Amino acid sequence: MTADATAGLDTFPKWLEHNAKVRPSRPAMRHKDLGIWKEWSWAEVHRTVRSYALGLMAHGLQRGDKIAIIGTNRPKLYWSIMAAQTLGAVPVPVYADAVADEMAYVLDHAEVRFACVEDQEQVDKILSVADRLAAIQMVFYDEPRGLRDYDHSRLQPIDEVIAQGDATMLADPDAVRRLDQAIADGKGADVSVMLYTSGTTGRSKGVMLSAGGCVNAAKDTVAFDRLTEDDQVIAYLPLAWVGDHYLNYAQALVAGFTINCPESPDTAVEDRREVGTTFAFAPPRVYEGMLTRIMIRMEDAGALKRNMFHYYLGVAKKWGEKILDGKSVPLLARLNYALGEALVYGPLKNVLGFSSVRIAYTAGEAMGPELFSFYRSIGINLKQLYGQTEAFLYVTSQTDHAVRADCVGPATPNVEIKIADDGEVLYKSPGQFIGYFKEPEKTAETMTPDGYVKTGDAGFFEKDGQLRIIDRAKDVGKLRNGALFAPKYIENKLKFFPNIREVVAFGQGEEHVSVFINIDLTAVGNWAERNNVSYGSYQELANNRQVYEIIAGHVAEVNRQLAEEPMMAKAQVHRFLVLHKELDADDGELTRTQKVRRGFIAERYAPLVTALYDGSTEADISTEVTFEDGRKGSISARVRVMDAKTFEPVAPAASQAA
Amino acid sequence: MKPEKKIEPGEQLLSVENVTLRFGGVKAITDVSFDIRKGEVRAIIGPNGAGKTSMLNVINGFYHPQEGRITYRGETRAKMRPHVAATQGIARTFQNVALFKGMSTLDNIMVGRTLKMHKSFFWQLFRHGPAMDEEIEHRKFVEEIIDFLEIEHIRKVPVGKLPYGLQKRVELGRALAMEPELLLLDEPMAGMNLEEKEDMCRFILDTKEQYGTTIALIEHDMGVVMDLSDRVVVLEYGIKIADGTPEEVKSNQKVIDAYLGVAH
Repeated sequence: MTADATAGLDTFPKWLEHNAKVRPSRPAMRHKDLGIWKEWSWAEVHRTVRSYALGLMAHGLQRGDKIAIIGTNRPKLYWSIMAAQTLGAVPVPVYADAVADEMAYVLDHAEVRFACVEDQEQVDKILSVADRLAAIQMVFYDEPRGLRDYDHSRLQPIDEVIAQGDATMLADPDAVRRLDQAIADGKGADVSVMLYTSGTTGRSKGVMLSAGGCVNAAKDTVAFDRLTEDDQVIAYLPLAWVGDHYLNYAQALVAGFTINCPESPDTAVEDRREVGTTFAFAPPRVYEGMLTRIMIRMEDAGALKRNMFHYYLGVAKKWGEKILDGKSVPLLARLNYALGEALVYGPLKNVLGFSSVRIAYTAGEAMGPELFSFYRSIGINLKQLYGQTEAFLYVTSQTDHAVRADCVGPATPNVEIKIADDGEVLYKSPGQFIGYFKEPEKTAETMTPDGYVKTGDAGFFEKDGQLRIIDRAKDVGKLRNGALFAPKYIENKLKFFPNIREVVAFGQGEEHVSVFINIDLTAVGNWAERNNVSYGSYQELANNRQVYEIIAGHVAEVNRQLAEEPMMAKAQVHRFLVLHKELDADDGELTRTQKVRRGFIAERYAPLVTALYDGSTEADISTEVTFEDGRKGSISARVRVMDAKTFEPVAPAASQAA
Repeated sequence: MKPEKKIEPGEQLLSVENVTLRFGGVKAITDVSFDIRKGEVRAIIGPNGAGKTSMLNVINGFYHPQEGRITYRGETRAKMRPHVAATQGIARTFQNVALFKGMSTLDNIMVGRTLKMHKSFFWQLFRHGPAMDEEIEHRKFVEEIIDFLEIEHIRKVPVGKLPYGLQKRVELGRALAMEPELLLLDEPMAGMNLEEKEDMCRFILDTKEQYGTTIALIEHDMGVVMDLSDRVVVLEYGIKIADGTPEEVKSNQKVIDAYLGVAH
C-alpha cells in the first residue's frame, strides 16, 4: 500500500472500493451465526454494499438524508452504514438499548427518513412512537422472526433491499452510473456520520463528523499502533458509540483488517477467544468484571492450582510489567516468569480471549491502578486513551512503553492540547467535529475563539508529558469549609474495590462529603454464599448489616488514602449508605455509557441525601422504576445510614516522621 | 416418520371424547370432551388438583383412560405408548424440569432429535461416515433452535448449572427439536419472574408462527393464559366446567366460582 494510492481517499466508500481492489479476497467481516463463523471478503462486502445502496436509492435515499442504524453489531448494520455513506446519506447510529422515548427524541431530532434495525424489538419501539416521527418513511430489518404478520407497507427486510439492488445492478446501467457518480461526488468536507452524545448532561446532541476528518484521524492511529490487514477485532461495543465507529469501523476500512461480529452480546467473550482478537478495547468495568469472575472461580479451584495461581501472580506483579516495558530483569526472574507464562498467564489469557492481543485499550473512566497492573503484569499490552465523540475519539493515547495507570498519555499524533486557565483541557484534532446538528449555539459554547474544543474535563500535564484527568470541570467544587471537592476522584477510589459497583458522592457546599454506594452483586453475592448469608434480592443483600461492615472498611481505607493527599485530605467521606436498588440507565440514573448522573440522582433520592446530612441512622425511600418494556413500578425501602471512620490529615513529611 | 396426511389450520387435530380416568377409586378425570384445532394455542386451566396434568398425560399416551376415545389426526385410539405419540408428532415439557443435568444445553436438545436418527447402530457407534453426515444435519437444525430461543451463550454449559428460567427454555428447545405437530407444555412459566415470563410468551407465540406448531398448555398465570391462548378449557375436580375463548371463559360464573370459591 503506497501513500499515493490512498492519498485521495477522503471518504469511507472510496476506502471500501480501495480495499476491494487491493485485498479482494482478505476477510473483511465475520459473523457467527448458528454456531458457525461466516466470512465475507472485501470484494464480497463491496459488491453487497453496492447492491444495498442501489436498493436504498430506489427507495429514494439521497445525499444528505439521515438514516438511523439501530441494533447490535451485525454485518448487515455495518453494511447499512456503508451503503448510506456510499450515497452520501448520513448514518445516525442509535443506542439499541434506548427505551422508545429516548429513541423517539433522537430519530425526531435527526429528521431520519429511513431506519435500518436489527429485529422485532427495535421495529416495535419505532412503531410505538411512529406518530411522533413525521419524517420516517421506511424501516428495514435484518432478523425477520416475529415480523411475518406485521403490516409491511412501511417495513421491508434488508435482504430484500439488497436483492432488489442486485437486480438493478444487472438491469439498469443508468442507476449504476448514478451510484458511481455518488461515490465520486463524496468529499472530505461532507458529513460522514452523526453520533449522538450519551447525554451525561441533559438531552443528547448530534455530533456531526466530516468524512475527511474521520479518515485522517483513523490513518493517524492506524500508523501509531501499526495496525495492518492481519489484525482482528471483535465488534461488541454499541454501534452508536464513537468507540465502535472509530476503533472498529473506521480503522478496519483504513487498515483493511477484519471486523468479527459476535453471535450475541452474551457470547462476546467466548467469540473473542475463538477469533483470537489482536486489537482490543474495553471500558474499565469489563476488565474489572473479568478479573472478578476469575478470582471467584479460582477460589473454587483445588489447593494446588490455587496456590500455583497466587504464587505466579506474585511473580507477575513483581516482574511482569518490567518485562513488558523492556526494562532489564534478572535472568532467573525471567525464567520463572516464562514458567509462569506456561502454567498460569498463558492459559489465563486464553480463557479471557487475550492470547493474541497485541494492543488493548481502555478508556471512558479511571481504572484502578491494581486492576491495570494486573493485566499488564500477565503480559497484555494494556494502554489508556482519552477521547470524546467531538474529537472523533482520540485526544491522547499512551505509547507502548510509557504506560501508567493514573494518566491517559500524551497527545495523539496531530492533536494539539492546551490547558485553559481554569484547568479545563482544550484540544484541536484531525477528526474534530463540524458542529452539533441544529444547535449552532451549543457548538459555539463548546469552542474557544481560537478554534480549540473544550472537553469539559479538568486536568493537567505530568512531568513526563502525560495528561492527567481529575474530574468534569464543572463538577469540581468546594465544601463549605472551602476544601476542594472532586466527586469523581472519590467515587473512583471507592469503585476500585470489587465489592463496590457504583458510587455517587455529594458534598458541594456541604459540611462534609458523603456517598451513595451500589454493591456489586457478583462479588458480594459470592461473599454471601461463602459465609452462609442468605438473601432473596439485591435489596435484602444491600441492607445486610455485615455487608455494611465490609463497605465501612472500604470507605475507611479510602479515607486513609485521602488523608495522605494534601489537596484531598479534607474531602474524606464522613457518612455513607448502600442504595436499595442498582442504578440503571432505564431509570435515567446512569447515561447509556454507564456514567452516573449526579444531579438527577440527588433529586430522585432527596430524602436519602437529607438523611446523609441530618444525622439520622435510617431513612425511608420510595422510587419509581422503569421495566425494559417501558412499564413502571415502584420500590420502597428503609435504608441504613452509617458514619465512616475518618483520619487526621497527614502531611507527607509528617507521615514519614511518624 | 412424518404422518402423510396434511391437516389444514383450523381443522381438528385432536379430539378427546368422554374420557374418564381412574386411579383405583379416585376419579381424576370424569367424562371430559374437548378438541384441539390445528394451529391454535389451547389452554387447559383449573385449580390445583383439577386433573390438568392427568389430561396432558392422557393425550400423550402416558395414562390410559378407562373410558372414552382420543382421536389424533383422524385416527381413533384406545391405548397408545408415549413413544408412539412422540413418533406421531406429539412432544411435551414437564412441570418439573426433566433434563439431563450433567449434559450441555446442546446435547440435551440433540436428544430431541433421537427419533429422527436412522443410520445404523454400527455407524453411530463409531460416529463416522453416514452417521456423521446425519449428525451434522441434525446439529444444523438444533443450532436453529438455539438461535430461535436465544440461548447461544449457554450452548456448552451443563444444564444443571443454569438458572431455572433458562432450564425451562432448554426443555422447550428439546421438545421443539422433535419438530412436533402438537406441543404440550405443562406450566411453562411456573416459578419465573416477570421478565422470564414475557420472554417465554414471546417464544411460544414465535413457535406457533415460525413452525406452525399447535400448542396445548397448562398455566396458572391468568394474564398469560388470556394473552396467549385462542381457546381455553377449564377443569375442576376432573370435570369440564367451561370451554371457549378467553373472554367467554373469563365471564363464566362457574369459572369465577371455581377460582374464587363459593359457599356450598
